[in-house]
Amino acid sequence: MLTESEPHYRQPLLRTPFHERARALSQVDSFIPWAGYTTVDVFSFVEQEYFAIRNASTLYDLTPMVKYRIAGRDALRYLNRLMTRDIGKLKVGRVAYSVWCNDGGHLIDDGTVFHLSDTEYRLCTGERQLDWLLDSALGFELQIGEVTDETAALAVQGPTSCAVLRNMGLAGVERLRPFELAQFALPAGIAADAQVMVSRTGFTGDLGYELWMRPEDAEAVWDALMEAGRYCAIRPIGSRALNMARIEAGFVLPNVDFVSGERTLRAGTERSPIELGLGWLVDLNKGHYTGRRALLEEQRRGPRRRLVGLDIEGNKPAHNALLYADKAGRRQIGSVSSATWSPTCKRNIALAMVDVPHIKAGSTVWAEIYLNRELVWERRMARAQVVERPFFAPERRRACPPADY
Amino acid sequence: MSGAPVAKADYDCIVIGGGHNGLVCAAYLARSGRSVLVLEAANQVGGAAITREFTPGFKVSACAHLLHLMPGSLIKDLGLDARGLRLAAAHMPTTAIAPDSPPLPIDVQNPTPLAARSGADAAALPAYHARLRRLAEALYPVLDTAPPRLGSDSWHDRGAWLRIGWRIRRLGRSDMRELLRIGGMCVQDLLDEHFETPLLKGALGFDAVLGTNAGPRSPGSVFPLLYRMAAEVQGGSALAQPVGGLGAVSDALARAALAAGAAIRTGATVERIMVHDDRAAGVILKSGEQLSAKHVISNADPKTTFLQLLGGEYLDTGFVRRIAHLRARGVTAKLHLALNRLPQFTGLPHSALAGRLLLAPSLQYVERAFNHAKYREFSPAPIVEVTVPTVNDASLAPAGRHVLSAVVQYAPYELAGGWQRERARFAQLVIDALERCAPGLRDSVEAVELLSPRDIEREFRISGGHWHHAELALDQFFIVRPVPGAAQYRTPIGGLYLCGAGCHPGGGVMGIAGRNAARALLREAA
Repeated sequence: MLTESEPHYRQPLLRTPFHERARALSQVDSFIPWAGYTTVDVFSFVEQEYFAIRNASTLYDLTPMVKYRIAGRDALRYLNRLMTRDIGKLKVGRVAYSVWCNDGGHLIDDGTVFHLSDTEYRLCTGERQLDWLLDSALGFELQIGEVTDETAALAVQGPTSCAVLRNMGLAGVERLRPFELAQFALPAGIAADAQVMVSRTGFTGDLGYELWMRPEDAEAVWDALMEAGRYCAIRPIGSRALNMARIEAGFVLPNVDFVSGERTLRAGTERSPIELGLGWLVDLNKGHYTGRRALLEEQRRGPRRRLVGLDIEGNKPAHNALLYADKAGRRQIGSVSSATWSPTCKRNIALAMVDVPHIKAGSTVWAEIYLNRELVWERRMARAQVVERPFFAPERRRACPPADY
Repeated sequence: MSGAPVAKADYDCIVIGGGHNGLVCAAYLARSGRSVLVLEAANQVGGAAITREFTPGFKVSACAHLLHLMPGSLIKDLGLDARGLRLAAAHMPTTAIAPDSPPLPIDVQNPTPLAARSGADAAALPAYHARLRRLAEALYPVLDTAPPRLGSDSWHDRGAWLRIGWRIRRLGRSDMRELLRIGGMCVQDLLDEHFETPLLKGALGFDAVLGTNAGPRSPGSVFPLLYRMAAEVQGGSALAQPVGGLGAVSDALARAALAAGAAIRTGATVERIMVHDDRAAGVILKSGEQLSAKHVISNADPKTTFLQLLGGEYLDTGFVRRIAHLRARGVTAKLHLALNRLPQFTGLPHSALAGRLLLAPSLQYVERAFNHAKYREFSPAPIVEVTVPTVNDASLAPAGRHVLSAVVQYAPYELAGGWQRERARFAQLVIDALERCAPGLRDSVEAVELLSPRDIEREFRISGGHWHHAELALDQFFIVRPVPGAAQYRTPIGGLYLCGAGCHPGGGVMGIAGRNAARALLREAA
């Protein structure tokens, strides 16, 4: 653990409870910082890891996800004041994806809300924001505390993930519907008298689960999963492969597709949930919440820009490409925030912020892509079509019970 | 939330709090034909501008004790003269006192006594005063108008900016430069540039820090001085004492409101502001009674209004954060003494006793007094503004007896030992400090009342016990007072308005906030 006596710049990144396992399997020693922890970017080859997500099963360490425990009499009232979505509709034992905004109706972050009991919720999010959560709690009766390092978390994602969990001994896990959670006793061979919480959630847009456990059980669960998934060549993955899958699934990533409205410095760079295509998370009729008045005003005024999916000609990912209304590139109408070649769709896809009126599906825009031809750079204007998201949405992600494959 | 027709509201406007601003607002609203109800929690109207008995037979203006900022136009508009507002004294003199020095009258018209101490100061004072007054006059429209919004397209806002800009531009190059130069300066630097007499500088600096959580070396301390002078520009009668104390002002305002058709209920404590469909819909009283209204105007301070009466859940987090961070901790206490004879200040002519006496012997003394407030201690050598209201108005005390009313700094709201325990000790310390200027005072004291900021908070229902409801400083002034998002008397909740001292231009029994709030409401509802 960190000690007060060490200056912060001397303090190393924290290690998750899965770190020793991950280090042993890492072939390229590629670690990146994430929310104060060191985590794997790539284990071996990003393509192999990606294909394991879509064709087999994968383990991804999401312990650094920031977790807050929100409990007390006013927990629901509080979450409804914080979030754009009506959390009152979220039953105990279910999970909801939601976003929260600042006064200007600009997105601060997104995350998942786990309804654990009548008066207790867990909020999982990418970045720390206890100050905002506490300031939002003024006048409410509840406790908010960060529990990130009290809980180890592992995503098990891929078509065979349900079978792997069953193999490991989590009987009945196949009955979990999407966005449902349940507690399972860990088989005695893994850990004595220990439980694991399983939620059918994930960031891949595929069939998959997230496992939440005590840190002391982490390595045993990892080992048991690797053993139970041996038949389908289960493998751990790093953030880079996951990023390809999440773009295919059309999910937005903080600091990539948007910057928190509380962190932006330049006017006009903040983004509303409506602009990010998350209007379906915005409930304007549930009562007051932070940003509601601004979102009402935005709805009245109509959108100025919108995050859209792009299908781009050619096979060169349009990383950071500027977008134009015309091939000559005279009028810029947006830019790409996430791009990848989608191996499953066999399409060159991207997420991009585009000005009205080019946001409609079927619109044609032009992406300025730079090509590196043996260190000779060329510019190409690639035709791109605005398309519906997600790019990839297999039926199995919703099937209940899921097939074994 | 439903589209069902809403039952007819009991009133067009409910004003929470019958302080002077609430009464002014009610009077203007009622005059425009609105049905208005003023709800006052105390048993008499007036808020912090009341006269009450503090010991049997002795009455005093319990919080504010001088009238000098209320614009003549407002007094005329509401016919306060005809409604019983009479002045026991106007153009009251100011005298600097000190334990080890003869009193010094602070009088621009008559620099002779000052010349006896410093010819240079006597020569500099008229020019200093004239320049500050020119700047203050240019700033007056800033005080009088509702703050315009920045970046707004409306002609109303643009017009207000133009008027302000024009007044400042018209000052001419030299004065405009001086305004920009001194606007954010500390008052000690300004006074050091002009004067050398410590007693003079202490007294002039006193008015800059009076009622603020700042010392003469605090950045921006020139600003409250300009603000005070700007308000006095339109005050007409300068420092004045109403017959019957400041309560008489409130009584006259109440009569004006009643005459215009407003209703006033005292002893009616508002517990909550009702919200329906994101609009203020009325209030719930402590008794449980519900009163509906199309508009609710709060004379309460911003923290009380938003965090207690309304509740954060109706507001955005960023706004609540700004309100919670509003600097609103009082450092000013009020001392009331019942005296069995007229106090005898050494060397002070009787005429000076009809005015106010400032115990602030030097800027160094004031700054030292302030130091303690930073560490949750009261000043061991406090600064004091003394008046003896019975000199001008014998009706306040039994025949031959007198009342001493003093404003005392620094007495921080958050006191390390707690005011319950320290109140008597601080009162004694202030009496001892005055005793050194007025030997025999201590023995003439029959009764003592000291109101700490905690007491002011409790008695006048001002969160933090700050006279101005929120610290008066450049960062809490004009377009950002009390906070962005509520600086135009409107609030994020439709139909809910602010009209108290927490709004522009602040407190000090001025009434402009109340008038501006009424105008903002009428313009919006028109």
